Amino acid sequence: MLRGPGEADIAFTVNGAPAKVRAAPRRTLLDTLRETLALTGTKKVCDEGTCGACTVLVDGRPVYSCMTLAITCEGKSIETIEGISKDGELHPVQRAFIDADAFQCGFCTPGQIMSIVALLRENSAPTEDDVRRAVAGNLCRCGAYPNIVKAGVSAGKRKS
Amino acid sequence: MPRVVKSREEFEGEIFESLVLVEGKDLPVAPAGTEFSEIAKSRRRVDGQQRVTGRARYTQDVYLPGMLHVRVLRSPYPRARVRRIDTKKAEALPGVRGVLHRFNAPKAAFRGEETIFREEVRFVGDEVAAIAADDEQTAVEALRLIEVDYELLPHVVDLEEAIGDMAPRLDTDGNVAEAATHKRGDAKRGLKEADFVVDATYRTSTQLHNSLETHGAVATWDGEQLTVYESTQHVFGVRQGLRAALKLPFSKIRVLCDYMGGGFGSKGGVGKYSIIASLFTMQLGRPARCILTREEENIAAGNRSATLQQMRIGGKGGRITALEHISWANVGQGKWVANPTGPTNTLYDIANLSSKSYKVVTNAGSLSAFRAPGYVEGTFALESAIDELAEKMGVDPLTLRRKHAASPKDPMVGKRYSDKHLIECYRIGAAEIGWQRRRAGGVRGSAPHRRRGIGMATQIWGGGGGPPAYATVHVNSDGTVVLTCGSQDIGTGTRTVLAQICADELGVELEDVHVRLGDTDNPYGPISAGSLTTASVGPAVRLAARDAREQLLGAAAGVLETPVAELRLESGVVVTKGARTPLAEILGKVDNNTVIGKGGRHPNDPELSLRTFGAHFADVEVDVQTGEITVEHIVAVHDIGRVINPTTARSQVEGGVLQALGFALSEERFVDRATGRVMNANLENYKVPTVKDVPAKITVKFVDRPDRKANNLGVKGLGEPPIIPTAAAIANAVANATGARVRHAPLTRARVLEALAIAGARS
Ligand code: FES
Ligand code: FES
Repeated sequence: MLRGPGEADIAFTVNGAPAKVRAAPRRTLLDTLRETLALTGTKKVCDEGTCGACTVLVDGRPVYSCMTLAITCEGKSIETIEGISKDGELHPVQRAFIDADAFQCGFCTPGQIMSIVALLRENSAPTEDDVRRAVAGNLCRCGAYPNIVKAGVSAGKRKS
Repeated sequence: MPRVVKSREEFEGEIFESLVLVEGKDLPVAPAGTEFSEIAKSRRRVDGQQRVTGRARYTQDVYLPGMLHVRVLRSPYPRARVRRIDTKKAEALPGVRGVLHRFNAPKAAFRGEETIFREEVRFVGDEVAAIAADDEQTAVEALRLIEVDYELLPHVVDLEEAIGDMAPRLDTDGNVAEAATHKRGDAKRGLKEADFVVDATYRTSTQLHNSLETHGAVATWDGEQLTVYESTQHVFGVRQGLRAALKLPFSKIRVLCDYMGGGFGSKGGVGKYSIIASLFTMQLGRPARCILTREEENIAAGNRSATLQQMRIGGKGGRITALEHISWANVGQGKWVANPTGPTNTLYDIANLSSKSYKVVTNAGSLSAFRAPGYVEGTFALESAIDELAEKMGVDPLTLRRKHAASPKDPMVGKRYSDKHLIECYRIGAAEIGWQRRRAGGVRGSAPHRRRGIGMATQIWGGGGGPPAYATVHVNSDGTVVLTCGSQDIGTGTRTVLAQICADELGVELEDVHVRLGDTDNPYGPISAGSLTTASVGPAVRLAARDAREQLLGAAAGVLETPVAELRLESGVVVTKGARTPLAEILGKVDNNTVIGKGGRHPNDPELSLRTFGAHFADVEVDVQTGEITVEHIVAVHDIGRVINPTTARSQVEGGVLQALGFALSEERFVDRATGRVMNANLENYKVPTVKDVPAKITVKFVDRPDRKANNLGVKGLGEPPIIPTAAAIANAVANATGARVRHAPLTRARVLEALAIAGARS
């Protein structure tokens, strides 16, 4: 039977608060967030880097958390969908998603939103094409894309 | 007193007659142009906040204390006999708590069989054994330690191969079975008398649902009651399946589905995973979770059947004289077939018609309903063939359709439609796309090697809904409202639309209505499928709200000492001639109370045929060097009665168009004939549309007139209509642009190039 070198202690911050977890080297950041830290807002859809539903920010950059091993996150800052609204106020991207009806089942939504949050930090007034590029790695089976693009553009306008 | 009445409902193309329990009298439909407070208004989704914050709890997000993780061992062979299973090594692995397989699992009825682990496994992915372990990784490792002795048997996975003489016979009476036929007039004679005849074969490929949330269940048994969290379109259907499998009474099974990550038809009832999770929790006393991986989802959780369809269609004097349609569908190990002949039988009043639908079994995963099952496949063939005929006859394809689309009667059953505005859909769509710009042979596109063209296609679908569907409205003593029904919101906006109907009828603010659904402890609600939710549950909600309002006004009359006739309830305020009193204030004067309104859906008029109609128009550009199709503009026009929420309706149409775009251009399951394996059971190689595939423009229009004979709201369904005609509209636009007729969906570049070569050779 295959067994790795054993579990390791990992310390990072999640949504601004320090977190310590013990995880086997093969454990993904996605499973760590969902199962160890009970942050189930981040979704598992393919678990192999092909859909974007598991997108979170690591040191501000959007990554597929199913393709990121938890042990590689030592000392890093992780942001998830649960962390972007502040003091009960929705993040502008979240508000824009509601206003533009940018989701149906909502299963891809946390990933879509995190991709756009990352975009807005680099580019506060994105065009439709900028938004399309940002969510090109986020599948939506319900086909909410037209409204996702609208939401991304309008969130940019709100922020600035 | 409730009474039993006869009702006639349509579900996914089939008509069902049933006895239903109703109470009281139904309400009249408000006429067109009525100003409502909440209905016919664009409203944000009432559950939007939960969905955008990640707080919405989906089945996948249910983690219970002490929960076991279940993984399923699936057959690597398309057909084999399971002779022996040795689980000793697997059971010895620390953390493994339970194993189930055909030699130790209790009997459990499932889809007409007595067991969920068959002796003869019949497709790659068929369930062989299951492991429950403390964590998922242990379960995965334990699967590898199970030793199975398989005796391989001859198999067939391909539709056309399975029809042929050389294929192994999978059922005692062969692989092909007749599933449906329809005849009117004399098709043979009509074809003989025609001046023009198109005789063509169309194919559609297997489409995989790929709902982003996979199928799965979390089950927990407390010694008395089984609670199952399941990603499903029908909590009551799951309960029914569990009762059959586990022999428990309804009262001991509770099925819950709060938020749900897409189903598109595939989550219609109990799955083997739900039964496996339930068996484990009942045996081991710990909650058990069985959630499929993406790969399992794509090999064992359903698909849209591939089809082979033969069309013969004749024309004379600018009209269609006859139509013959024969279809074969690869249902895999499915026990039913989604008939592609539905649109052929019902869409146009063609006097001479014959259709036959065959079910073909193969060693592939079962079909399951996929958004307008059969109709998507059949409409591709039918509407392509009509364009081919128009082309041969030298008439405008829209003009040809108009001649056969105006009848107020259902040509198959002879009953009158409750309402029909198809010609109006054509008028609106033609204006929006600029049909008058369409030129026979297409026009030059944005570069010399690019051609541009326009095409269209029609859709017919049910969507009238019907009983049984019930709702209750509880009004709390602070004036807030809890609406309870057995439906589920699978992403279509059901919660929002039902809240609007409730708030409107009751006379309270939308934000004061809380909707509870997805629970078998609620009053019965139908499956969220067949485009029937709004038309089935909506009228019941309206009746429940009306009942509650009457009781509230009665209470208000007592408190205000004013006759009921002088009272109105508006936006949570009781209005009398001289004063406005908040409902909360009135209810606050009565000691703790709950006002409970009840409503049940009344039956449909059995003499009427309830249908939705629509037309899609496509404007495309084709690169004749690469075969690439760029869809520039889709116009979607639908006649679905009154629209409750224009925003969510529009979203649903866009979503349907985009899913259709996948069917039309890129989605296709590949199964290796030699090994029976699905070669693209993932989101890497199975191509669902991405944001970059969205057409530059999608125009959505509704006729938006209440169907006054349909139900007390004048509404019909919208889930399926927008996926039906898109592929044919695109194929017709491609043919218009290039002269190349692609008769196989999806219209991949290879197929377009091949058709271009054939068209080039012909001209
Ligand atoms: S779950 Fe990570 S990319 Fe799909
Ligand atoms: S909203 Fe359902 S997958 Fe995007």
